[in-house]
Amino acid sequence: MTGRGHLWLLAIPFVAIAFPFIYAKSSPAVFGIPFFYWYQILWIAITGIISGVAYLIAERREASE
Amino acid sequence: MWEGVVDIKSQAFATFVVLFVIVVVLGFLAARWRRADLGVLEEWGLAGRRLGTWMTWLFLGGDLYTAYAFLAVPALVYGVGAFGFFAVPYMILLYPIMFVVMPRLWRVCKANGFVTPADFVRSRFDSRPMSFAVAITGIVSTMPYIALQLVAIQAVLVAMGVGGSGSTKDLPLFVVFAILAGYTYSAGIRASVVTSVVKDVLLYATVIVVILVIPAKLGGFSHIFSVSQTALSVKNGSVSLSPKLYGAFSTLAIGSAFALLLYPHAITGTLSSRSGHVIRKSAVMLPLFSIAFAIVALLGFMALGAGIGTSAASELVPLLLLKTLPQWFVGVAFAGIAVGALIPASIMSISAGNLFSKNIYGDFFRRDATPEEEARVAKLVALIVKFGALVLVVAIPLRYAIYLQTLGGIWILQTGPAVIGGLWTRWFHKKALFLGWLVGMTWGTYMAYTLKFSSTTYSLDIFGRSELGYAAVWAALANLLTVVIMSIVLNRVQIRSSVVGTGPGGSRSGALASGPLETR
Repeated sequence: MTGRGHLWLLAIPFVAIAFPFIYAKSSPAVFGIPFFYWYQILWIAITGIISGVAYLIAERREASE
Repeated sequence: MWEGVVDIKSQAFATFVVLFVIVVVLGFLAARWRRADLGVLEEWGLAGRRLGTWMTWLFLGGDLYTAYAFLAVPALVYGVGAFGFFAVPYMILLYPIMFVVMPRLWRVCKANGFVTPADFVRSRFDSRPMSFAVAITGIVSTMPYIALQLVAIQAVLVAMGVGGSGSTKDLPLFVVFAILAGYTYSAGIRASVVTSVVKDVLLYATVIVVILVIPAKLGGFSHIFSVSQTALSVKNGSVSLSPKLYGAFSTLAIGSAFALLLYPHAITGTLSSRSGHVIRKSAVMLPLFSIAFAIVALLGFMALGAGIGTSAASELVPLLLLKTLPQWFVGVAFAGIAVGALIPASIMSISAGNLFSKNIYGDFFRRDATPEEEARVAKLVALIVKFGALVLVVAIPLRYAIYLQTLGGIWILQTGPAVIGGLWTRWFHKKALFLGWLVGMTWGTYMAYTLKFSSTTYSLDIFGRSELGYAAVWAALANLLTVVIMSIVLNRVQIRSSVVGTGPGGSRSGALASGPLETR
């Protein structure tokens, strides 16, 4: 299989999560939940979507081979 | 009558018993599901590698989100605040890693009939000692993990007023243990697959009710967080993460994510699926469980908001639920917790059984063991491991089981260079891998010892700067560094010695020299 470019997509959650200085703050709060917490919960969902895209790209590549 | 004396929460207990009995019956019936010869290890210990996308998703949800985590993570958040939330980034990073690593491991294991990660390491590096190291690390790290699942079951039983005191305090636990042992022995992984479906339904139902009911009852999240901040500041915690803890927070998240994938039960779980595609698709959908898990983590703040006071960490969530939800529904949640403990406990014991049977018994005592004999040994060892876990819970103070679990996390990560690294390269020298493992295990254990096993983060002086980080990650970095340096040295020595014809020539071209990893 050539071209594993799509796997780099999966590095995005690491960049967003591994550096807490990006998100260790309390405002803006949503429904009273400080930023620190909802940011992480939001990234659970975003990570799911990113992996979904990576999955579709991987399947298409393998199908076209 | 005697109800008044021991204060049994009868409504909760009634729902709990009904649901629990249903699950147990399903567990035993599972032996007939997709009927096959359960006397063969691949069937008993990997459900025949036939799980499709939905089953893999439900099964891994039941396998990876353990009941103990559901009790321990909120308790940590309750104790320290924001820092305890590292469990959420840990779950975020878990699936991208799984997406990349696990389909590869699945493929090579399927092609070669491997049942355990140690099987893979043995062939990949042509090294029985390294395979033994992976197997023994897996077994030893798993045992306290099983023990803590039993602790979770005990916690919900005690919260309902069943057991926990008097001369028969451990009796309910013995009953649960007998059930667990029975269905694991007879149905193997199938029992956990089938019961996972029920557990997941109970889990999602509980989480939805929790998020809809509890915050509103406690006056909304902003109130909960402000009460939490006041309560936490007294005990040196905070709802915001201190910059001093950034490194510890992210190394814990990253290290725990890799460690979880190396635990035998996680590997057994993924190897039971039908294909690499199925694993990828499950990795895409599994974050849904992480959202549920994040809500569970928030229970720590809700407990602070509700003014729950307890020194027994595992009782925190049960007490909060009993205080805020209708009692019959608490029975549903508690059944979810109990089943959520049985499933991983069963899978963990099976995985330990597989490791012992294939990589210790099969490699060192009976190289010509038949498949039937392998399965028999695995079943027996699974039983022994579970019994050992029961002894850990009943006979020694709880804190030792927690210490061992802390060590287990550090230890299991030390198999990473061989198991994960081996999927991409054969360049690592087998002796270097073994040395690296030894360095990681020794230093990791030493760090935990100096922390008196009560913390997982170790302050390391790097070039004059003191960095606080997860001890398992420090140990794994030392491990990897050793592997790389020693591989350079040993590979050079080997080339030279094979030139003069005394080298072990070709000893590293194991079964996988032209295996599926290269042809891909």
